[in-house]
Amino acid sequence: MTRNSFRTGPDERGHFGIFGGRYVSETLMPLVLDVEAEYAKAIKDPSFLAELDDLNTHYIGRPSPLYYAERLTEHLGGAKIYFKREELNHTGAHKINHAIGQVLLAKRMGKTRVIAETGAGQHGVATATVAARFGLKCTVFMGAVDMERQKPNVFRMKLLGAEVKPVTSGSATLKDAMNDALRDWVTNVHDTFYIIGTVAGPHPYPMMVRDFQSIIGRETREQILEREGRLPDTLVACIGGGSNAIGLFHPFLDDTDVRMIAVEAAGHGIETDKSAASIASGKPGVLHGNRTYLLQDADGQILEAHSISAGLDYPGIGPEHSWLHEEGRVKYVPATDHEALEAFQLCTQTEGIIPALESSHAIAEVMKIAPSLPKDHLIVLNLSGRGDKDIFTVAQALGEEI
Amino acid sequence: MSRLKARFAALKAKNQAAFITYIQAGDPNRAGSMEILAGLPAAGADIVELGMPFTDPAADGPAIDKAAQRALKAGATTQQTFEMVREFRQTDKQTPIVLMGYFNPVYHYGLEAFCTDAADAGIDGLIIVDLPPEEDAELRGPAAKAGIDVIRLATPTSDEARLPTILEGASGFIYYVAVAGITGDKSAAASDIGQSVSRIKSHTDLPVAVGFGIRTPEQAGAVAAVADGAVVGTAIVEKIAAGSHEDGTFSRKSLQEVLDFTRKLADGVRAGRQ
Repeated sequence: MTRNSFRTGPDERGHFGIFGGRYVSETLMPLVLDVEAEYAKAIKDPSFLAELDDLNTHYIGRPSPLYYAERLTEHLGGAKIYFKREELNHTGAHKINHAIGQVLLAKRMGKTRVIAETGAGQHGVATATVAARFGLKCTVFMGAVDMERQKPNVFRMKLLGAEVKPVTSGSATLKDAMNDALRDWVTNVHDTFYIIGTVAGPHPYPMMVRDFQSIIGRETREQILEREGRLPDTLVACIGGGSNAIGLFHPFLDDTDVRMIAVEAAGHGIETDKSAASIASGKPGVLHGNRTYLLQDADGQILEAHSISAGLDYPGIGPEHSWLHEEGRVKYVPATDHEALEAFQLCTQTEGIIPALESSHAIAEVMKIAPSLPKDHLIVLNLSGRGDKDIFTVAQALGEEI
Repeated sequence: MSRLKARFAALKAKNQAAFITYIQAGDPNRAGSMEILAGLPAAGADIVELGMPFTDPAADGPAIDKAAQRALKAGATTQQTFEMVREFRQTDKQTPIVLMGYFNPVYHYGLEAFCTDAADAGIDGLIIVDLPPEEDAELRGPAAKAGIDVIRLATPTSDEARLPTILEGASGFIYYVAVAGITGDKSAAASDIGQSVSRIKSHTDLPVAVGFGIRTPEQAGAVAAVADGAVVGTAIVEKIAAGSHEDGTFSRKSLQEVLDFTRKLADGVRAGRQ
């Protein structure tokens, strides 16, 4: 590969190769351009960065620990496994990292209301949290199916003062919630900021969310150097839209010796029609403001995704990931519902950490690769969220009543 | 001269505004949709906007969203939309047809092939709602080659700084989206619409048609008084929904009701200029 750097994207029009861009209705274009201009100013403004830094430390609780998962390492009998403990952040997942950044921008732009879409509810909770913290009105769009499987998070959002709007169109999951959020945004452009929950949507969102999430990788780099005196050999993260994965990967993209694996949700298997693996089973297309790999049929209609994990149940992936896939810099692999459930239980029992079903997909991949790797091979796994929210889904899958 | 140009010129000569009707291709099913499409010109439609069904119409309200789901459930495809237009052209060579929809099905079809096949079927223009000027160069090339207009949208958020970007390279007509919102939601005041249309017309010689929020013959007339065209979509689509049965069938009576309503709207448009 002759490319000098994988870290310079996107171009000024928001493209990563052929991916990304700004595919939104004309009504939204001026606002999207405003967000881009304001964001460019904000990240050069010392007072914005100081406030972000202060909140990262004292509100979110950063840096999150880099933890040596000793018993899981022993159990698998190969590579040395570290967890980047994003589940210990305030609100229990990495989503707060970009929610804080975006709400500061919303405030700076004089917006009084924020909206968000959510799948597992983690991004919705993070958005409702920062809205409460900054006194902004908040509406969260959530698929009716997801509201049913993530009841604790729905109630959490309500407690935080957010209005949770059930979405019944289409498959009533994450993609439909994003459609409704876009419909709301276009209707309320004057006072509303859309806090997008992943590295997708129109430019500058994929770049902006990535920048806010990259703190994961920057901390990991310092922490592993301190612990091991060298960079990790392999990074592993689960991927729906890809915010936690890009957050971990981005600061390492130019370290050619660091291998990166992103784990897509394969649902019942990529050979079935019940999967959410856009790279494994999709084709490039345009949805929700960007060009990227999408699950779609022969006529370009978007297919419903399936995953046991509501947060990965999306038929697309962030555009930078599509590009990193085509460039071959990051390897995208699938893990099924079943494999994620096994990983969920193994992590809980060996480490005393209940991982989110999303993160369990990443653990499933570690279970596959760690045993055959040498003991001095360092793996860092992004434990992107905690699994308390998932216990009902897991109980049902295991045939337990609670 | 293109059909769009000829139609706008002929109407202008008669001091009339264009009445533009929107339906979804294949809603509620192919046969029903074909009968509606074929009946629209006689019911007063000057230009037909034919919606291309898409699973995720994020710029549309519930009525058009449901219409898309009905059409898709009944088996609508891009190919079927082209066939419907080809069938329409066997008897009507003059009424312009503009396809309106989202980019993914077009992109998936292949841009060159899409434009060639669309032109071959007798389609005159494309409105792709999620393809702003910043992204539409890859479509405009093949469309120009095939002789199809790519129609740009202006909105209440299009200020003086934004308008030149929208108008640069625009052809056919300008579609002014009268409200910041989704289809079938709110209505704008006629006076606001008039001001916005004049503002756009001070920058371009293209006709300006207005859509979003026009539901009644009176509203259509008020818009026709200040613009070169009035688009009615949701209100017609709702009539189609009301006449569609659970099993996907669409009766003669329902067809008649849709066309009668269309005729009233057309009368409203004509009355607006008297």
